[in-house]
Amino acid sequence: MNKRYSALRHFREGLRGHSGWGKAWRSPALKSTYDVIIIGGGGHGLATAYYLARNHCISRVAILEKGWLGGGNTGRNTTAIRSNYYYPESAALYDMSLRLYEGLSRELNYNVMFSPRGMMVLAHSEAEMEIAARTVNAMQINGTDAELFGAEDVRKRAPILNFDRDARFPIHGAIWQGRAGTGRHDAVAWGYARAADALGVDIIQNCEVTDVIREGGRAVGVNTNLGEVRADRIGATVAGHSSVLAGIAGFDLPIHSYALQAFVSEPLKPVMDTVAFSPAYGTYFSQSDKGGLVFGGALDRVPSYGQRGNMPVQELVVSGLAEMAPVLAKVKLLRHWAGIVDVTPDSSPIIGPSGVDGLYLNCGWGTGGFKAIPAGGTLFAHLLATGSHHEVSRPFDLDRFRTGRLIDEGAASGIAH
Amino acid sequence: MQLFPCPFCGLRDEREFQFAGEVGKTRPNTSEPVSDADWDTYLNTQRNEKGAAREIWCHLPCQEYFVMERDTVSMDVFGAIALRKDPS
Amino acid sequence: MTGSRVGSGGLIDRTKPLSFCFDGGAYSGFSGDTLASALLANGVRVMGRSFKYHRPRGVWGAWFDDPNAIFNIRLAGDEFPNCQATTTHLVDGMKARAVNAWPTARADLKGGLDYFHRWLGAGFYYKTFMWPDWRLFEPAIRRMAGLGHLDRNTVAGYVSDQLHDTCDVLVIGGGAAGLTAARACAEAGQEVVLIDDHPELGGGLYRRGLAIEGEAPEEWVASQQKAIRQAGGRVLTSTTGFGVFDHNLVGLAEHRGFSSAPRLHRMRAGRIVMATGALDRPITFANNDRPGIMSVEAATEYLGRYGVLVGRNIALVSNNSFSKPAAERLRAAGAEVTECDATRGPIRALGGKRPSCVEIGGQRYACDTILASGGLTPVVHLWRHAGGKLDWRDDLAAFVPGNPGKSMIAIGAANGSFDLEDALAEARNSARSGSVSERRGNYRITPLWPKPGSKGRQWIDFQHDVTLKDIEQAARENFVSVEHLKRYTTLGMASDQGKTSNMAGLAAMAAIQGKSIPETGTTTFRPPFVPVPLELYRGHNRGQMRNPLKRLPLEAVHRAAGAAMGEYGGWLRPGWYGDKSEEEAIRAESKMARDAAGIFDSSPLGKIEVMGPDAEAFVNFIYYNTIKTLKPGSIRYGFMLTERGIVYDDGVVSRLGPDRFVISCSSSHVDGVNALLEAWRQDGNDPDRLFVHDTTANWATITVSGPKAREMVGELGTGLDFSPESFPHMTFREAAFQGAPARIARVSFTGDASYEVAVPAAKAETLWETLIAAGGKRGAGPIGLEALSVLRAEKGYLIVGKDTDGETMPHDLGFGIPRLKKQTEFVGDRSLHGEVAKLETRRQFVGLAVTKPSGPLPVGAHVVDIREGRTVSIGIVTSSYDSACLGEPIALALIERGQARVGEYVKILHLGETRVAQVASPCFLDPAGERLNA
Repeated sequence: MNKRYSALRHFREGLRGHSGWGKAWRSPALKSTYDVIIIGGGGHGLATAYYLARNHCISRVAILEKGWLGGGNTGRNTTAIRSNYYYPESAALYDMSLRLYEGLSRELNYNVMFSPRGMMVLAHSEAEMEIAARTVNAMQINGTDAELFGAEDVRKRAPILNFDRDARFPIHGAIWQGRAGTGRHDAVAWGYARAADALGVDIIQNCEVTDVIREGGRAVGVNTNLGEVRADRIGATVAGHSSVLAGIAGFDLPIHSYALQAFVSEPLKPVMDTVAFSPAYGTYFSQSDKGGLVFGGALDRVPSYGQRGNMPVQELVVSGLAEMAPVLAKVKLLRHWAGIVDVTPDSSPIIGPSGVDGLYLNCGWGTGGFKAIPAGGTLFAHLLATGSHHEVSRPFDLDRFRTGRLIDEGAASGIAH
Repeated sequence: MQLFPCPFCGLRDEREFQFAGEVGKTRPNTSEPVSDADWDTYLNTQRNEKGAAREIWCHLPCQEYFVMERDTVSMDVFGAIALRKDPS
Repeated sequence: MTGSRVGSGGLIDRTKPLSFCFDGGAYSGFSGDTLASALLANGVRVMGRSFKYHRPRGVWGAWFDDPNAIFNIRLAGDEFPNCQATTTHLVDGMKARAVNAWPTARADLKGGLDYFHRWLGAGFYYKTFMWPDWRLFEPAIRRMAGLGHLDRNTVAGYVSDQLHDTCDVLVIGGGAAGLTAARACAEAGQEVVLIDDHPELGGGLYRRGLAIEGEAPEEWVASQQKAIRQAGGRVLTSTTGFGVFDHNLVGLAEHRGFSSAPRLHRMRAGRIVMATGALDRPITFANNDRPGIMSVEAATEYLGRYGVLVGRNIALVSNNSFSKPAAERLRAAGAEVTECDATRGPIRALGGKRPSCVEIGGQRYACDTILASGGLTPVVHLWRHAGGKLDWRDDLAAFVPGNPGKSMIAIGAANGSFDLEDALAEARNSARSGSVSERRGNYRITPLWPKPGSKGRQWIDFQHDVTLKDIEQAARENFVSVEHLKRYTTLGMASDQGKTSNMAGLAAMAAIQGKSIPETGTTTFRPPFVPVPLELYRGHNRGQMRNPLKRLPLEAVHRAAGAAMGEYGGWLRPGWYGDKSEEEAIRAESKMARDAAGIFDSSPLGKIEVMGPDAEAFVNFIYYNTIKTLKPGSIRYGFMLTERGIVYDDGVVSRLGPDRFVISCSSSHVDGVNALLEAWRQDGNDPDRLFVHDTTANWATITVSGPKAREMVGELGTGLDFSPESFPHMTFREAAFQGAPARIARVSFTGDASYEVAVPAAKAETLWETLIAAGGKRGAGPIGLEALSVLRAEKGYLIVGKDTDGETMPHDLGFGIPRLKKQTEFVGDRSLHGEVAKLETRRQFVGLAVTKPSGPLPVGAHVVDIREGRTVSIGIVTSSYDSACLGEPIALALIERGQARVGEYVKILHLGETRVAQVASPCFLDPAGERLNA
């Protein structure tokens, strides 16, 4: 059994070679039946399991992970956490998530290093300032903290940015969300895994689902490389490969898969204390606690499942950073990588029944799944436990594509997810 | 940077191309009633193949649309044919 | 002082001494030295501090595999952070400082942190700092972390040069195997490019120091290079292949001097021959991180390439057969070398900042330098970038390239052929595909991996201070997957990206779990192979060249007229004219346009021609509005929708003839509309009966608008009758202007009678001058986009994308009839009858009136309502101006059920402040259209 983490216990363990910490999670054998099976051991799957056990007292839960837990987009993203959304539906979802992040380290007894250092979305013209004002007002009405920054406010928070008035995209101001920030992505996965495991959830790694077992039109279990397993309800949290799972279960989704690249520079002493995003340059960045600049930008142009970097986007994103903050041009890029993301027509997620009885979906997070992990888990657990939507997840049901009630943040605010 | 074969211009840089959709999507005849579900399928649903895929692409400089077959995992390109000659 | 320069040898130029500083001390070296070799030659051992414990560190490697000596370097006023001492060539006047150490690497004040190491092990931060809040600890931890400090200066002229290139065969690595392969391929008639990251070709030949094919290394290298060039091959030195990407694209970074940005080559290779060699890996033993412990390969490299003997009294600790020649080489250079079998028992280094002896299996060997070799690891990074798999070879105790890549082969040491004869045989074969002759395989190794449970602090990742105990702790906590191990301990994530640490970490985890190494796995190597500056990717994609603006044919004329140019929808256009303040200029121009006339450059307006027998049906399908009833010579306003029913563009369609239309879409949408038209044209239409052609760039368009407009266009000498009876609103005429074709459309974006006169771009200036002259005598003149924007808003004309958003459908804009009445199919039709399209709460386009004292409403403000005690947004202010003509502020808005609210007062919320406005018709000026049709 894993010990509770605290500074005092850490001190004591230090004296005896850290031999007393138990496993952060068990490696249990797969049982033949569970109340709930969750396919996919990323952040959303792990959080869902945790909240099923914690909020709904359902702990006969298995998470089936094809590889290693947290190995998909949870472990590949650029760790921004924010709720600067335009529509009330999105704001409710992402602000729920942000609020949960605010207390997550203590909730999970695991330091996820949530760092509310603030995030700015830069506006580069007076026209963009008008759109920024529209978004700030919407955020304030939605109950999210937001300020409209002028150029001087931006300079105070992020002096390394390019304040040249003759820049191709000069800085006029920004949308500022002070509660936004970053977190340690792996720690979120590990913290949920450890806490879920402690509540009795079975995390089965290296377990690949090969088939969804359907009886009488209802999904009743799955076949895996480790054998058959059955459950009352099955939840899929397999972002990037949602269409593949849907294909196994016999339906299609409104999703395209794209590679999204991320980058980290060599570590520097602190130069950037906040998160900045420039839609015009197509790049955003922050500095990790270790000192590396963590940055990213646009999706690849070509739909794919190729979990690899691609030069056209590298050139676009990296040059975008060098333009946003020219002093960074001489800093060296250390590593870049890619994850596969689900892209829906409105770039908003899908949470809800799949259309196959007994099978539920949590997918379509596009480029922004990490920040939504606590809310995604809470809402999906609610759905799996009760069979019906939480009011916050209702608008994100698959049925919105039929009714046309899309939640297209990009179209509303001119700011992509 | 991938190289895609435009049937008219030959192998060109991927930045010259625009993905235009999966092969086989036909616009419902809207002069007759179309159900919400059919319209949703037409607008939104994707096969999103992992592996071999047949897709419509546009080569932006010449503006010709064509069918390309490729592998969405390995990035291998198997071939391309002009749209108007495609039997499907 | 242990390291020293030997009397002769090496590739350095002893006639060119260079001086430099390190950590405040003055030193000298030679041209050809790296900072590391020069410091070693000066007897400097401590060149850095580790990331976490601030342990003193010397160099482990001699090239890209060194994780320890990282410097900030100043040269001629420019400072570069995080330069690897082992790969940075010495330049006279360099001032280097070890990063993450103060005041010097030798006497770092934070060295005391090492005493607390037991509390700073793997993942300590995940278990602590939660109470009361991480934020209280984070700033201090951030300051402790990080390597180099970044100054706030950009480097003048630091611009990457970028090239595209192709070749039949790219040989990566110019050692014996690479040179031989390049020569074989070139002589077989293939177009070859050979690259090597050193300034000199030859790879490991200099450290080997023996003749090859009967020639001394330098001579042999020169003759190979000559043969390659004679056969048409190209050679790029100081060039690193940093990544292999899709379809055999290899990113090459060509070093061009210390203060210059590297040059990027995007090399498309038919085939890649990977001859990247192998690295000597560390042995995991107690205190193996001490300064004075380095790889056997590095010691011989310092000797062979730089003429530096790294120690006088050397203990050479090895588990493989390749150390013997190295020992002999070092002895020949004057060192005393004790060869120690690393597999004899537990190893421990003794001594502080310099070793005093090494203890193996209880036996001590006195020394001033310890050289270690735990075996060779092929450099397979690029193979992994290309998606190639790795195979484990027990006889080599190493991973080698596995399943053959599609168009990539590995040869020489990179392929596990450590023996020179084998490597050369493979290389000669590389011009042909096919199997390689049998290996002789003289390399012998007794595997030696970290031993869990053994005593002392044993470093796995030098820079990141990951020790064997950290790996053991991670395993106890069940972080056993290689990726978990890496992330939990930060193993392999230092600036060398695991080049020195991955194998030991993997082997340690394998041993802990009782599994074999290949069962345990390997981590993926990510590009770039070595860190490269961000500038490499930027080049000329900078400044105004990034997403460059479109320019008007008349830009110079506008500037001469005092235009304030600005970006409007991707074009650089006049915002206003003259020296007045922006606000005054806009008022004056808009008033002038209403009183007399305004002349403006509307050249960016789209002019896309649609032609052919099927053109009428096609345009009718594309547009929301019915177009097929449009008569030749007439113009109709309409919307283009997306298939989701959302308004994508508004514009006018002119019918030139039965089979010919001109689509005049908004300036910023020309490319998009053209693409959309082509997409539909090729989807189900017969492309031989329908043609779409964008002629926007062919024409320059000058628009005259206002009460005097008719008189002014009358002076163009077109011979046309401009009377409203013969040339009414929404018609156009083709004519001639000074011998050139002219198209004149009577269509208005201001609410006043307006004429858009389009002529070939070459005639633009004449047309402009003629109209300016005609206007001058009537009190009319040029107006910019800002005044135009006010004029159109006064009339309630919308701008798609500004006054509409991603939800707006045509019936929200007061154009509901085609939705209900149009008989034929059109783009987006079905979506206009979906659930969301039928909502009564849709946001509709309206005007907002405010009283003058309160001033114009802020754009971006929301229209709000209180529902169930909560403030909710029911709309947005999309445009707002202080109208000079109307003498009061006006605004346009999208408001829920707006059209039914006309006359109601609504609350406007902006940044916490509330105002009141009255919902109105969007048309504030001349609702009857008298001015328009005048």
